[in-house]
Amino acid sequence: MFDLLGVPPQVLFGQLLLGLINGSFYALLSLGLAVIFGMLNVINFAHGALYMIGAFVAWLLLTKLGLGYWWALGLSPLIVGLLGVALEKTMLSRLYKLDHLYGLLLTFGLALIMEGAFRHFYGVSGQPYPIPDALKGGQNLGFMFLPNYRGWVVVASLVICFGTWFAIERTRLGAYLRAATENPVLVQAFGINVPVMITATYGFGVALAGLAGVLAAPIYQVSPLMGTNLIIVVFAVVVIGGMGSILGAIVTGLGLGLLEGLTKVFYPEASNIVVFVVMAIVLLIKPAGLFGRER
Amino acid sequence: MPDGANVKTAMLEIRDLQAFYGESHVLHGVNIDVRQGEVVTLLGRNGAGKTTTMRSIMGIVGKRNGSIRFQGKELIGMAQHKIPRLGIGYVPEERGIFASLSVDENLMLPPVVKSGGMTVPQIYELFPNLQGRGSTQGTRLSGGEQQMLAIGRILRTGADLILLDEPTEGLAPVIIEQIGVAVRKLKQRGFTIVLVEQNFRFAATIADRHYVMEEGHVVDMIPNDQLAQNMDKLHTYLGV
Repeated sequence: MFDLLGVPPQVLFGQLLLGLINGSFYALLSLGLAVIFGMLNVINFAHGALYMIGAFVAWLLLTKLGLGYWWALGLSPLIVGLLGVALEKTMLSRLYKLDHLYGLLLTFGLALIMEGAFRHFYGVSGQPYPIPDALKGGQNLGFMFLPNYRGWVVVASLVICFGTWFAIERTRLGAYLRAATENPVLVQAFGINVPVMITATYGFGVALAGLAGVLAAPIYQVSPLMGTNLIIVVFAVVVIGGMGSILGAIVTGLGLGLLEGLTKVFYPEASNIVVFVVMAIVLLIKPAGLFGRER
Repeated sequence: MPDGANVKTAMLEIRDLQAFYGESHVLHGVNIDVRQGEVVTLLGRNGAGKTTTMRSIMGIVGKRNGSIRFQGKELIGMAQHKIPRLGIGYVPEERGIFASLSVDENLMLPPVVKSGGMTVPQIYELFPNLQGRGSTQGTRLSGGEQQMLAIGRILRTGADLILLDEPTEGLAPVIIEQIGVAVRKLKQRGFTIVLVEQNFRFAATIADRHYVMEEGHVVDMIPNDQLAQNMDKLHTYLGV
């Protein structure tokens, strides 16, 4: 078979697919972070831990209650979202009048507690989660083999990302959210209950993380460390895309996943740091991020 | 016989209002009455407490005591987001047009709180400049158009008391004229309006009564028809 730039196409497309999968998770997670940051001005360091909990809830539903993947896909984001609502109501909401740093420190501490607790009970070796029957197998596309589950993850996250983008940028509810992000006092003075909106936004943002956790469970192992590994890259994605920009988070997440994949093909040594190199360059040239607005 | 029995009670009744921003005590016992259908202005120098009085009505100051009654309901202690739902519309000094929303989205943003609000075509009739600008980003409008949008979006909600904070600030005379025409039309439609103004000549063309504020108090109340006799006094108050 022909080669592309000296690389067999199976290798190239295989890595691109892997990049696209990673990019889907970056996009889902950075989207939630962007929504939360926009509304709450909190850098949610607990995001990776809540993603991990999303995956664990799916695993627990399966092993303890016998509820499979499709149940988990609905229930797990709901449970993680409610956990987020409880965290926001009882803790985060007390910090809004203080500096941003306090929100960051609180969520960082919460992340350590959550991860520590899961490590204590489940250890660090991952738990396997089976691919649902309906998505087993794969397609031979000629130039590469596409496992059905991976195709599903890419399509599902694209649908969720652009659905969220549409809801925020093109609907009435989204207009409230954007307005409250800009000037919460005035939106409140129009008769909208902004504190409830803030709580719901946090719940929604972390539910996205929980959903990403369920999608990830059959691909990566369900492990207490899965969030930590991912979240550092996701923060870099958010910085590159621009804090609080919805479209920026989605496009940058997917783009950087692909870039990582390409780097693995052409210069594997750099694949772990390429995202951070891009971050450094973007910060030098456009400190507000590629899609960010200067505040 | 209680002699107040046939006197129309005030729509808005402010008694001994104190307001604070953090440690600083801004309002020291403000008393104001606004009757249904009236246009009342708050005059005074910068820092006299006019804007703070409005913000106190909306519940968006740090802390407030005393009493603010709207149609008999006490606003102090009420949840912030419930106050506008009683039918009070607020047009802030900085206009508050949202940059991330289009003109249409800005116009449709405040929820309708009562029936009987103006329709979008009626708002366009009042402010023809806004027509056809729906998809423009809100803050791309000129200052005057932003002011019209800020007033227009409140008219949709059905609010019957409108708080207008310095609607003419920084606008060209021809635009001020247009805003004045619009406010007079609103008065004819039966809206009750509280207006903060530095531009006293503008205020004189539309108001029924003027409250003069100084250092967090109301120091005088001048009916518009007695304005001529009180000119000297007013000049002293306003330092013009």
